[in-house]
Order: sequence, then C-alpha cells, then structure tokens
Amino acid sequence: MSDALYQDTLLKLAKEAPRQGRLEPNDVSIRLDNPLCGDRVRLDLRMNGPRIAELAHEVRGCVLCQAAAGVIGLHAIGLDRAGVDALVADVDRVLAGQEPSLKALQSFGPVAGHRSRHDCVRLPFQALTEGLKEK
Amino acid sequence: MRLRDQFPLLTSDPKLHYLDSGASSQMPSAVIEAVTRFETTQRANVHRGVHRLAEAATAAYEGGRDEIAQFFSARRDEIVFTAGTTAAINLVAHSFGDALAPGDEIVVSELEHHSNIVPWQMLRDRRGLVLKVLQVTDEGRIDLAALDRVLTKKTRLIALAHCSNVTGAVVDLARVVEAAKSVGAAVLVDGAQRVPHGPLDIPALGVDFYAFSGHKMYAPHGIGVLWGRHSRLEAMPPFMGGGDMIRSVTFEKTIYAPPPTRFEAGTPNVSGVIGLGAACHWMSGLDWTRIAQEEMRLTGRLLDGLAQVPDLRVLGPLGLQQRIGVVSFALGQAHPHDIAQILDRHGVACRGGHHCAQPLMERFDLPGTTRATIAPYSEDGDIDALLTGLDEARRLFA
Repeated sequence: MSDALYQDTLLKLAKEAPRQGRLEPNDVSIRLDNPLCGDRVRLDLRMNGPRIAELAHEVRGCVLCQAAAGVIGLHAIGLDRAGVDALVADVDRVLAGQEPSLKALQSFGPVAGHRSRHDCVRLPFQALTEGLKEK
Repeated sequence: MRLRDQFPLLTSDPKLHYLDSGASSQMPSAVIEAVTRFETTQRANVHRGVHRLAEAATAAYEGGRDEIAQFFSARRDEIVFTAGTTAAINLVAHSFGDALAPGDEIVVSELEHHSNIVPWQMLRDRRGLVLKVLQVTDEGRIDLAALDRVLTKKTRLIALAHCSNVTGAVVDLARVVEAAKSVGAAVLVDGAQRVPHGPLDIPALGVDFYAFSGHKMYAPHGIGVLWGRHSRLEAMPPFMGGGDMIRSVTFEKTIYAPPPTRFEAGTPNVSGVIGLGAACHWMSGLDWTRIAQEEMRLTGRLLDGLAQVPDLRVLGPLGLQQRIGVVSFALGQAHPHDIAQILDRHGVACRGGHHCAQPLMERFDLPGTTRATIAPYSEDGDIDALLTGLDEARRLFA
C-alpha cells in the first residue's frame, strides 16, 4: 500500500458504502458543503420518532468523505440524538489519534496525522448532526 | 547555475517538486536577505519618527515603492499597498463603488476567483447594482464574444482576471479595454496569476485598476498592490480611516492625504513592502525571454504527459497560445484531494480543490481539480515526478 491513509479496508468502505443514493420520501434532507475543498454531502433521513429509521447519502467528495458516509450507512440506523453524539465523539477520538470504540472507524486512524483532511471525515457526521437538529 | 539554487527552501529539500506556486511562490535569497536586513538593522515605524532608524525604515519602505513602480512602469503615487489582491479589490469595491447608483452594472466572468466575485456581490447588495457574468467557453476562456451583448450604457466596471488561476487562460485585455471604453466603463484586472511570470507595463494595458499579491511573485505573504490610474484614485474617497491617510484632523473635519497614502490607513506592512520591492528588483535582473520559453516548454511537456493518462481531462487550453503554466485537471472520479495526497507521497506539492472558483467548477460539473503551476524554478524532474505520482493515483482510485 502506497499510503497508510488509503488502506484497503477504507477504500472498500468508500467504494461499497451502504445506503448510497437518495431516500424518498424523507423527513429530513440536508446538504452540507466543505467551503475549503468543495466536498458536498447530501443526507436524507426517515425518522421513527426520535430514532433514524432509514437513511441515504450522496457524496461528491474524496475517498475519506465517502468512507465516512459509509460508516453512517452502516451504523446510524436506529440511533437517536444521543447515539449520534456518541458516534461523533468516537470520530473525534480516532481523529485525535485514539482508539475508537467502533471497529469501522479504525481504518481512519492514519487520518489523525493529516490535520488538513479531518474535515473530509467530519463532513458526513456534521450533516448527520445537523439533520437530527432539523427534525 | 540553476535558478532553483537561489531558493533556500528548494535547495534544502532537493526531493521537493514544488508545483504550487499558483498558491504561493517560494522566495529567493535576495528577498529573504532584504527582509532580514530590515528586521535586524532598520526596523522602526515609517513616516513618523525622526531618529536614525525611523529615517532608514522610511527610506527602505519608500524605496520599495520605487522599485515596484519601476518594475511595472508605473508612477509611484499609483502604487497603493494592500494586504494582497483580495484587499485591493475590496478597496476598489468600497471606494470606487461609493460613487455607483442603483441600477448601475458590474461585469465579471464565470472563471473569477471568489475574491473577484464576492466583493462585487456585496457592493451590489449595498448599492442596488446589477452583477452580470460573462460565460466561459469549453476551452476555459472567458467568452469575450459576449461582451457586446453584456455591456450597456449602465456598465460602470468590468472586473476580470488577467490569467485564470484554474485554466491558465490569458484574457485579451486590449479587447476588454476597447469594449469598456465604448460604454464608458472602468476596467479592474486581477493580476495575481500574471505578475509572477515577468515584467509588465501596467499603465500601457489601458486598464484603470490592477491588483496583485506579493506572495505569488517571490515576496512575503500579506503584501499586495492596487495599481490605480491616478485620475481614478484621485477621485475616490478613502476606504479605511486612521493614521497615515490624513493631511489634517479636527473634530469638525478631516482632510485626506492624496493617493496613494489616502488608501493606506494604519501602520503598513513595512517588511512586506521591502520584500516586494526586493522581489521586483530580483525579477528585473532575470532573462524573462528565456524563462518564458522554458515555462512554455515545461507546460507543453506537462500537457503532453497528461494527454497520455487515461480518463484524464485538462480544464483549460490544450495549446500553449495565450496561456500560462497553470494547468488543472480531473482524473476520472478521483477527488483532487486524494490525488494531491498521493502526489505528496512523491514529493510533489500540488493544489487540489476548487481553487476559490466554485462557479467555474459548477460550469464544468466538477467538485474541484488538481492544479500544477509552472514557475521559473520548475524543472523537467518536477513534471516527471507528477506524472509518476498520477500513475499511482490512477491505479489506486480508478
């Protein structure tokens, strides 16, 4: 592997990110842009009370951003606000160079040393947080 | 002697292939030494003190203005110091913009840097103006054929980049000036990408304002210039108030200083001016005919190499006519950040992203591009390293 950032597991997660596309009808649809690099995430949520019942994401961004959306596709169903906060805290942990609780986030470990790429990973999670605020 | 040898950062890192001069150029020893000399032997505030250091600082500072004016064939009182191109354009948007009335029109293009879009949008919203946009051709050039249709008797200003920071295309300023004159409009040029590529007779361009930054032309960050035709500057009110820009102050009335100091409120970036002056002095000693030929040869080598990469699209002119060595490209669906990251592994410093030109990215339906900039210190090895890195990026992300 030529760069620790681009491990096979992360590339696979980006390429095969579950729940890619749009979700219609939805209860919340949010688009977030990274103003520095032009990455764009659209996240559609269907809610069951306070919890996420279904979701879909569309990413026009880098591999890190796509893979981060893949983590959401894998693990955000069933989460409420507190669950999302815990997921985001886990992302913060891995970007701070610590071991995350969630196994799927382990492949983001090398990103910790690339500060300019942290926002690539955070963008889908910011969209998730904003989406729940809107609901 | 290689030109590269005059740049301490490049000689200290022989494996570095610096192709990001479109964002910030490197500084030669001559500039670094001039700044260091000021900071270690002359540092004081300017235009105020009478002590020896203040006199020396003022002489060095105003000497910088002389060097810059001479390099650009301009009058010294037409050189207004700013923090950079963005600040220079904002100055015009406020001071020149103050005289505009609701319904007046400003024309920009689709390929402008945000710095040449947002200040005009803000002015539009403050003054009730109309902002018109010249479209970009598929080749990444401003469609000047549309000028006749877009300009009206209400057009007050045309604000365009001399050279695109994305496509590298050079605009035909003579044609723009001719069209502007036909409706009585002023012309502002964002020259940030043009000035690193050799001397320029700015007044001869026929434009009214020309903005540029030091950090792209071998000088420190945080210094730039607004060149303004004297008759324009003289008619404009100040943008910011404070020290240095006044002739006299009472609580009843302030009389402003004449240009350029009317537009230079507060303590200036003294070492920045000295550095920019030194950069102009350094540039004036180079053989720009040879450098221009070499930059074009390297640009051609890069374009030829990119043409061999499958699924790669160059965003800009494929020929060498009317372009500079700013070359942007998209590689399949790979994101420019990922490409730039892989290139970095090969020692290649490139810019990946939207280059503060989001409307242009929308025009070409891209999130961003990877951009390489050819500078006087660029060499064949830099191009080869980029192409090698691209090969790896393609294998990884294709």
